Amino acid sequence: MRHYYKDRIIKLFLQLTASLSIVIVICIFVFIFKEAVPFAKRPGLGELFGTRWVPTSPQKESFGLVPLITGSLVVTVLAMLLTIPFGVGAAVYISELAVPVEREILKPFIEVLAGIPSVVIGFFGLMVLVPFVKSCFGLATGLTAFSGAVLLALMAIPTVTSISEDALRSVPRSYKEASLALGASRLRTIWRVTVPAALPGIMAAVMLGTGRVVGETMAVMMVTGNSAMITFWPFDSVRTMTATIAAEMGEVAFGSDHYRALFCVGIVLLVSTFALNIAAQKVLSKYRMG
Amino acid sequence: MRLTAYFVILVVGCIVFEIIWRGARVMNWEFLFSMPRRSGAEGGILPAIIGTFLLVAGSIAAAFPLGVATAIYLSEYARQGRFTHAVRVAIATLAGIPSIVFGLFGLGLFVIFFGWGCSIMSGCATLACMILPTIIVSSEEALRAVPQSLREGSLALGATKWQTIWSNVLPYSIGGMLTGTILAIGRAAGETAPILLTVAAFYLPRLPHSAFDQVMALPYHLYVLSTQHPDTAAVQPKAYGTALVLLILVLGVGLAAIILRIRVRKKYKW
Repeated sequence: MRHYYKDRIIKLFLQLTASLSIVIVICIFVFIFKEAVPFAKRPGLGELFGTRWVPTSPQKESFGLVPLITGSLVVTVLAMLLTIPFGVGAAVYISELAVPVEREILKPFIEVLAGIPSVVIGFFGLMVLVPFVKSCFGLATGLTAFSGAVLLALMAIPTVTSISEDALRSVPRSYKEASLALGASRLRTIWRVTVPAALPGIMAAVMLGTGRVVGETMAVMMVTGNSAMITFWPFDSVRTMTATIAAEMGEVAFGSDHYRALFCVGIVLLVSTFALNIAAQKVLSKYRMG
Repeated sequence: MRLTAYFVILVVGCIVFEIIWRGARVMNWEFLFSMPRRSGAEGGILPAIIGTFLLVAGSIAAAFPLGVATAIYLSEYARQGRFTHAVRVAIATLAGIPSIVFGLFGLGLFVIFFGWGCSIMSGCATLACMILPTIIVSSEEALRAVPQSLREGSLALGATKWQTIWSNVLPYSIGGMLTGTILAIGRAAGETAPILLTVAAFYLPRLPHSAFDQVMALPYHLYVLSTQHPDTAAVQPKAYGTALVLLILVLGVGLAAIILRIRVRKKYKW
């Protein structure tokens, strides 16, 4: 009997710790909303839809999130345009074409890339990429959305590659064999059979990669120049949502409008990455094979 | 296809080589073990190294037991159901939340609501929440890798469920769990955004006195040196040095994880 009770107690304890993850997620939502909500009363939610982000000004502050959202959007879209060909290409190569030795060399390199801290990548960007972009495209400054996108692509490639590779690997062998038996070439098989079969997984990988790109802070803040204006030109300087929070939170007075506005930016970030992740998980669990 | 794969290698090589090449020049004992002077332009980075060490140790000490306990629950006890599903969704959500949002959360909950201020405690707690999913997922994988027959044998001999887990499952999965934890260490050591809002001191050339003290940290120090310093050109060598120390730390830890993983795989072949 004693053992029975001990077992019950341990199970209960483990269940409690497991529920902690749920508690943390709820706490994250609650505390970010809690700090942001007073903004809705004064200066009011309408303020957030403005087109100017001027958080400190002697005359009139304005907290329009539009330039920040477009900033994040431009950088994210550019980064994904770079990530998808390289990330998926590398995944196809590693899982379908590489000889085993090559695979053993390539995989650790991708893991190393995933392990490099974002601030180190940002530093590298600042020292090497920014001057390069400046001289290569003849710009006044290399601190542009494009530089940020290149660095972000570097950070998203490992995520996209490793999840796409899993998806490609879980395509049943029989599909490929059937295609090859019908006389299709190896490349044709990959292109017409393996990749389409793994497409849901690859899509999920791209979504998770996008989530990572949207939320990345340090590298973007260091190389995009941080000027809050609405632009869609890759060689302009932009200011992303993440960079705004990181750069300005240190200087704001606790409880001020500016402080609340930064938490509103946090909500936009949290909700958008949350939606991306849930969508990716749905896709992954629906189409999981093998 | 081959080109895309090799391009990735090339870029990784470039980054690592550039940092090592330029960072090795300032590397000496003085740089590693002395206090910074003139806001980082001279002297060393000892407080930042100590700070990063404390933050990593604290966050792992909090997240490891919680993560392992959750993993044991998920792999050994949980049945398919609403609660289990909710836990899994929560873990996936946690894994996807941007680090800066963790920073805001830490600021709202630990710094302000709990009144811990900008301190090592707040930073450790924030980082612990951030690395929890990494530890849970890898620990669960390690537990699931233990064959069912080991559990059944023990249960058939009359052991209780917990006795079985304690003596027949945990010993064989501890290696895998440690691998995941080491990966989490790398992540905690390299993150900047959460500690920016909850711990990090811009420039604090002394060691912390208590858990409620602010502290410098390597990634934040690198950020400050490379973008916030008034004389960026003068501190550039120091910035490269800091980047190198951080890179060695994180990649060294990653390498340890890979070696451990290989050894564990060799030791237990089911």
